[in-house]
Amino acid sequence: MDQLKVALAGNPNCGKSTIFNALTGLKQKVGNYPGITVSKHEGQATINDTLLNICDLPGAYSLTPYSQEEIAARNHLINERPDVIINVVDSNSLERNLYFTLQLLELGIPLVLGLNMIDEVRKKGITIDSKKLSSLLRVPVLETVGKTGEGKTELITEAIRNAKEGKGVTVPLYISYGADLDLALQKMEDVIIKHNFMNGALPARWTAIKYLEGDSHVISMGLRERETHKQLEIIVAEVTDHCKKTLDTTPDEVIADYRYGYIASILNEGIISRNNRAERLELSDRIDKVLTNRLFGPIILLGVLYGMFVMTFTVGAIPMGWLETFFGFLGDTATNLIPEGLIQSLVVSGIIDGVGGVLGFVPLILFMFFMIAFLEDSGYMARVAYILDRIMQAAGLHGASVMPFVISGGIVGGCAVPGVMSTRTLKSPKEKLATILTLPFLTCGAKTPVVLLLGAASFPEYGPQVLFASVLLGWTVALVSARVLRSTVIKGDSTPFVMELPPYRLPTLKGLLIHTWERAWNYIQKAGTVILAISILLWAAMTFPQLPEAQVQEFQHQKVALEETLTDSLTAEEKAEIEQKMLTIDNNQAGTALRYSLAGKLGTALESVSSYAGFDWRVNIALIGGFAAKEVIVSSLGTAYSLGEVDAEASEALSDRLRADPNWTFLTAASLLVFVMLYAPCFITVVAIARETSWKWAGFSIVCNTIIAYVLAVGVYQIGSLILQIN
Amino acid sequence: MSEHISLRNMKINEKATIVSVKATGELGRRIRDMGLVKNTTFQVIGRAPLKDPVALRLKDFTLTLRNKEADHILVQLSA
Repeated sequence: MDQLKVALAGNPNCGKSTIFNALTGLKQKVGNYPGITVSKHEGQATINDTLLNICDLPGAYSLTPYSQEEIAARNHLINERPDVIINVVDSNSLERNLYFTLQLLELGIPLVLGLNMIDEVRKKGITIDSKKLSSLLRVPVLETVGKTGEGKTELITEAIRNAKEGKGVTVPLYISYGADLDLALQKMEDVIIKHNFMNGALPARWTAIKYLEGDSHVISMGLRERETHKQLEIIVAEVTDHCKKTLDTTPDEVIADYRYGYIASILNEGIISRNNRAERLELSDRIDKVLTNRLFGPIILLGVLYGMFVMTFTVGAIPMGWLETFFGFLGDTATNLIPEGLIQSLVVSGIIDGVGGVLGFVPLILFMFFMIAFLEDSGYMARVAYILDRIMQAAGLHGASVMPFVISGGIVGGCAVPGVMSTRTLKSPKEKLATILTLPFLTCGAKTPVVLLLGAASFPEYGPQVLFASVLLGWTVALVSARVLRSTVIKGDSTPFVMELPPYRLPTLKGLLIHTWERAWNYIQKAGTVILAISILLWAAMTFPQLPEAQVQEFQHQKVALEETLTDSLTAEEKAEIEQKMLTIDNNQAGTALRYSLAGKLGTALESVSSYAGFDWRVNIALIGGFAAKEVIVSSLGTAYSLGEVDAEASEALSDRLRADPNWTFLTAASLLVFVMLYAPCFITVVAIARETSWKWAGFSIVCNTIIAYVLAVGVYQIGSLILQIN
Repeated sequence: MSEHISLRNMKINEKATIVSVKATGELGRRIRDMGLVKNTTFQVIGRAPLKDPVALRLKDFTLTLRNKEADHILVQLSA
């Protein structure tokens, strides 16, 4: 069977992915482009005995890359040399879309043009003469409708025919860039061919054009061949100087002008004819009059974000409950099957609880990503960035950073893991990094029970206010630290905000489901493996070393002694009292064992540092546990305060207990609250950060956040103590 | 007769033609890649709630850019 490499290329929002989904169905896989986190979508299709390996390239406006998506798309084309490019264009804005097409044609790879969304154009009474366009551009042009699959078969058949005939190479399109540039390009071409520059992998004229455009990626590739590179640079310098002197312009400006001129000359041949003067963007414009209105825009935006949130956390909570029940059942079954002891404890507390905690998030993540995919595919996400860009800009971020912030807990609840993953929509690596590093400050769903507990323990009448304060604290610290990061470690000008507002479209369900599943599956695979290891580690730290035999014996004796007092002659009340006492012994044993364990010893050792913030060894253990997952803080505090197993959701008993402890003041609570809100992100988030950036930044995030948290917590505790003393 | 002004100073619904794009390097290329080249006619169709960025209509699509970027674009207002 023949095999062909096919690349699907086109502008963002041109409907490429819909065509990709229609061609490949479920035979898709997603990975990352090497070195960057732009997703790589590949799929297979078999048509007439030909196996097609189709790659859906990230959307691009130009082959002189600007965003990471464009770098990925360009590199794929020049490194992989597909046998044929299917260039999908949005027929609604043919002129701009053809700008990219021209650049593809200059590469000399066989190309088939798909005039997508042709139905929308027809509806407006506009006709595009695709035959004429085909003869002028000298490539096959086919009309398609991605949503219905119309023209899909013709497009792919034509692509196969073209690839087989052209065998991967055609004559690159030649566009004249005016006398000055053409002369320089010719000289450069000669140099390139003479020295077999870059092994002749790319059309000589194309490489020359990139040099004139000052394409930093191609130029850095060329630097490896010093001599040739120098000769080319000299020609570039000459012509740049000439352009400056005679026309007060630069070569890249001239190139853009000529490209648009070329397109205009083609379209002027009567390609487009309008039967009436219906404006294309009319509906979108009318929607935008409301949705991006100065007054209503932000209100609606808040409503949408909030609604999305409520939907996710109420609807998502249902399957989450099922999963919890399932893991509870699994835990019970394991408890019954495995005899009591270390192995049981490892399986139930270590593995099932740990992995279950991660997988329990999956429904939430599925919902969250479904909503995001909807907002993105419908075109609203671009408006969110547009409306909020000014505010985010002040913090050195980008309008598009808002969405990850909200997902991570900008409105209470949420989770930094999908938040970190959603930063993929950010174009600039610096803004993306700053966003990722500041996301963990927000009030995620796991911190909420901790906040509620501490609130209940020390500020019983101000529950909602405490929660609200935590949200404010999260946002303030996130935005301020983003500002600080952007002017220190991640320095650099804010990236230009030159963004298309795509027309509103109703997304296809298939596309949404595929998008959602891809991301969720990534999460399950990646977080699932690491968390297992960490759960076991933490379990071990809180279990070993075990209490010496003698001490265990002592607790046993106490229990036996009590048990002996249990006789039938006692009243029910007295029995209950004895049982209560036995429970206390169990709790004391658990508490003592915990103190004796590695985590306990660490907690005690840390007291010398943590006491400045008012934390004793028990709090320290809880905080160490909170590094695995913040919910653990409540249950470990429970164990440490000798309450045995504490349900993270039902925390009343613990808060009573805390209040009763004389060492526990409201200052301790306030300082702990600040610390928990801000210190190192949980381990799943750290893994997500490392995947999106590097382990270096993940480590930075652990250390830096913990320091910030510590400093602020100490500040709260010490200043608070001073004020109390004065009074 | 009318003077060339910066895109930043345009009001909503005003139409203009691009006289020159002063930005160089990557930013200049991006602006031009997106279709903002000399002699292009466009209309300002809106501004974000805090007056920045600005939304333009050109060549059958909508483009937004920050005022900071708009500073680099000189236009001549259409009658």
